[in-house]
Amino acid sequence: MPGGKERELRRRISSVQSTKKITRAMELIAATRVVKAMQRADAARPYARRITSVIENLAASGAEVDHPLLREVTDVKRVGFIVMAGDRGLAGAYNTNPIRAAERQIMGHQSEGKDYSLFAVGKKAIAYYKFRHYRVDHSYMGFTDNPTYEDARRIADDVAAAFVAGEIDQVELIYTEFVSMGTQRVSVRRFLPLEDTQVMAEIGSGSAAAISSFEFEPSPEAVLESLLPRYVEARLYGALLDCAASEHANRQRAMKSATDNAEELITKLSREMNAARQAAITTEIMEIVGGAEALGAEVPIDDFFAAFAAAAPAVPGDSDAAAVFASTVPDSLSHTET
Amino acid sequence: MFNVEVVSPEAVSYTGEADMVIARTVDGGDIAFQAGHVPFIGNLAVWSVEVIKPDGTRDVFAVHRGFVQVHGNQVTILSDVSEAAQDIDVARAQAALDSAEAALVAGGDDAEIAEAEAAKGRAELRLRVAANG
Repeated sequence: MPGGKERELRRRISSVQSTKKITRAMELIAATRVVKAMQRADAARPYARRITSVIENLAASGAEVDHPLLREVTDVKRVGFIVMAGDRGLAGAYNTNPIRAAERQIMGHQSEGKDYSLFAVGKKAIAYYKFRHYRVDHSYMGFTDNPTYEDARRIADDVAAAFVAGEIDQVELIYTEFVSMGTQRVSVRRFLPLEDTQVMAEIGSGSAAAISSFEFEPSPEAVLESLLPRYVEARLYGALLDCAASEHANRQRAMKSATDNAEELITKLSREMNAARQAAITTEIMEIVGGAEALGAEVPIDDFFAAFAAAAPAVPGDSDAAAVFASTVPDSLSHTET
Repeated sequence: MFNVEVVSPEAVSYTGEADMVIARTVDGGDIAFQAGHVPFIGNLAVWSVEVIKPDGTRDVFAVHRGFVQVHGNQVTILSDVSEAAQDIDVARAQAALDSAEAALVAGGDDAEIAEAEAAKGRAELRLRVAANG
């Protein structure tokens, strides 16, 4: 039936168009959110820096403490993995990358005969591991696109408790580092046990201002002891904020290419649709002309126009149809006249 | 005169100049810092931090946990739970105090009592800071 293919294409075009509207809106939303997430990450930096600077000063004063978070285990039996992914998809490879990286780590440690314990952050990570029958010991969700310090504290508490209790001997943190708008990369870092204070100080700004001798109250050890849990929280919070910014940046990119693809598809389908319509019109004209010829009667030109208008309702701006008409009519008319 | 900063994990919540900062450290009691104080790092008790500005006015904060670092001309309060006096919700603090006191009267195991006492301390601090601020 003529027009069937055309109608089908028209339906596909309108469906692609509404998809494009959605992806376009998501792209714009992600663009504003990534800016906000970056601002939040920047705002959180002073605290982490100051905490590190306090640790530096403590290290310089020679304070050493036998804190459980510094407990180095030589015979590691069980490794904890904090895997940070998102709650929602449609963000390109943002969710799969850290999840896969963590899976490889787990397999690597398993081949060395070590057990694992999963701290999965984000609905996507939880779903992935549950589906593959990994044991997810702790799961956190509902905040990945806008994490608060409270969320970081909750995770830090669980991780530190498991580590201090000796359930896990080492903790790896797998998250997406936000390098810039264009670059985010998966990072696998050792999270616990903490490096000793000297190393932490070196990782920090390394400013040598720490030479001046500080007074401590109540004592360097006591300060360090209450400082280390805060340091753990601040590092997790920093990672969560990086993840949020990365998620939005990835989503923006993914949605931008989805929008571009939709546009391309619409152009392609429109061309196909126009060709189909053109073919249908040509066929109809041929049928009319052929029919007239078979009857052996002259078709008055006015009737011909009427028949054409009825067969193909004019579409506004339908220059293709006009072109078909212009090129076909004189030939067929001259043909009937001879 | 020197610089004061109150830094929370989420942002730098306060910066300003001051003539004197009064805080209370764990086991150390009240301590006041003026310009030229010796470099100092301390654990803050659940108490207020008072900033006395050059024009004589004061800004008061309720600090529930944190550290103070004094270095050069800079006093930094690092705290994950601090509130400026004007941000304190008095009605809520009063409600928290009432429920904490009720919990203390009701009794319970050691952990519950410790939690109720800590809650009572926080609520009292909030009310005191709000009244002085």
